[in-house]
Amino acid sequence: MTWHGYTVLFQPENLRFLWWGFEMTLQIAAWTIVLSLAGGGVLGIARYAGEGARGVAVRAIGAAASLYIETFRNLPMLLIMLAARFWSHLPPVWAAIAGMSIYTSAVMAEIVRAGLNGVPRGQWEAARSQGMSYLQAMWLIILPQALRKVIPPMVGQFITVVKDTSYAWGLGIQELTGSGTIIFAKYVNPIETFSLIGLIYFITNFSMALAARGLERGLARRTY
Amino acid sequence: MTHGAWQALLADWRVFAIGLEHTLLAAALALVFATLLGVIFGLLGVAPLSSARTLNRVYVEGIRNTPLLLQAFFLYYGLPRVHIVLPVLAVGVVSLSIYTGAFIAEVVRAGIQSVPRGQLEAAYSQGFDFVRAMRYIVLPQALRVIIPPYTNQCVNLVKNTQILSLIAGTDLVYQADTWSSETLLYGVAYITVAVLYLAITLPLANLSRWLERRVGGPVEARADA
Repeated sequence: MTWHGYTVLFQPENLRFLWWGFEMTLQIAAWTIVLSLAGGGVLGIARYAGEGARGVAVRAIGAAASLYIETFRNLPMLLIMLAARFWSHLPPVWAAIAGMSIYTSAVMAEIVRAGLNGVPRGQWEAARSQGMSYLQAMWLIILPQALRKVIPPMVGQFITVVKDTSYAWGLGIQELTGSGTIIFAKYVNPIETFSLIGLIYFITNFSMALAARGLERGLARRTY
Repeated sequence: MTHGAWQALLADWRVFAIGLEHTLLAAALALVFATLLGVIFGLLGVAPLSSARTLNRVYVEGIRNTPLLLQAFFLYYGLPRVHIVLPVLAVGVVSLSIYTGAFIAEVVRAGIQSVPRGQLEAAYSQGFDFVRAMRYIVLPQALRVIIPPYTNQCVNLVKNTQILSLIAGTDLVYQADTWSSETLLYGVAYITVAVLYLAITLPLANLSRWLERRVGGPVEARADA
């Protein structure tokens, strides 16, 4: 650990290189979050709907969603990413995003389902007794209440996604951790480089956590 | 995935056995150290000393908000720079312990805080000090709340052993990756390894769900690490 080890890091070309890595990290994280919100939303609602349903079709869809969720959230994400690389003809960045989204959708689905389960049963009965259809009750009564409950764990998962982008380096993608690895190999300053990069991750994630806390408080104030 | 591919995999079964052994060994060792760290820092988080609570926050927030892989790289490449040379598996176990320990610390802290404060005050009034009050009064009650999310952290720990593969740690992911890049039999290798992982993680995940139902604690979304 030397002073020089830090000063070389702050040369413009090295800072630019790290910035590109950071941009790649944010890009992969953003796509993964969008895709797994969609995927997790559908899967979570499907599993939730299947649990209480009488119809065979709905229950079959629910069972399929359960199978997906239990399989993929219990596998190491890197394994899924590597498999996505070899089984698809996607460019590496998209293979990484696909692998991460397959995994994160399963985790997101459980967050959504837990949120839905947290809405009291009476809310359903009240909505249906007012003549609402299943979809109306779901969309207008149940989901808005569930949303409030899922925000903290969901933001927690967003933070996990930002951290998990580091596994894209395993597919040779130069995101933040990968950029750091390339830089330290050149200057032999791993401690300095990785502590700077750790700080970048920390600032990104901790500000997300703080924003979530603020949002939570704001939503709590608006309840009834 | 032809018959020949499966035969090639069976012929090299030792490659996968080594991977399984290292994954299990790293997870088991890390679980012991992570639990120790988690209990110590969890207790610091509820200690009457404000500097102890600050220490808890610095550890938990610092570790939880940075990638495990970065922490592993920091130790793997950084330790030799200060003349500490450890075997790859040891570096992996240390990284996994520190990372998982932060999550367990939060589980322990939340569990302790779920026990009404009156219990601690009652213990104090009976002449217990902080450590004894925790040991005999608060922790036994907190355990009900702690155990289910703790089991989830075990599942996460098993999955997180994947970082070993990026520091050449001959775990399951690494063995599958290297074996299949030599033989080009990706399909059979990944499916085999996936089944082996599920054989470990699914029973643990179900145990956690069963415990959650049995102790009747609040059913919350599984925090993922």
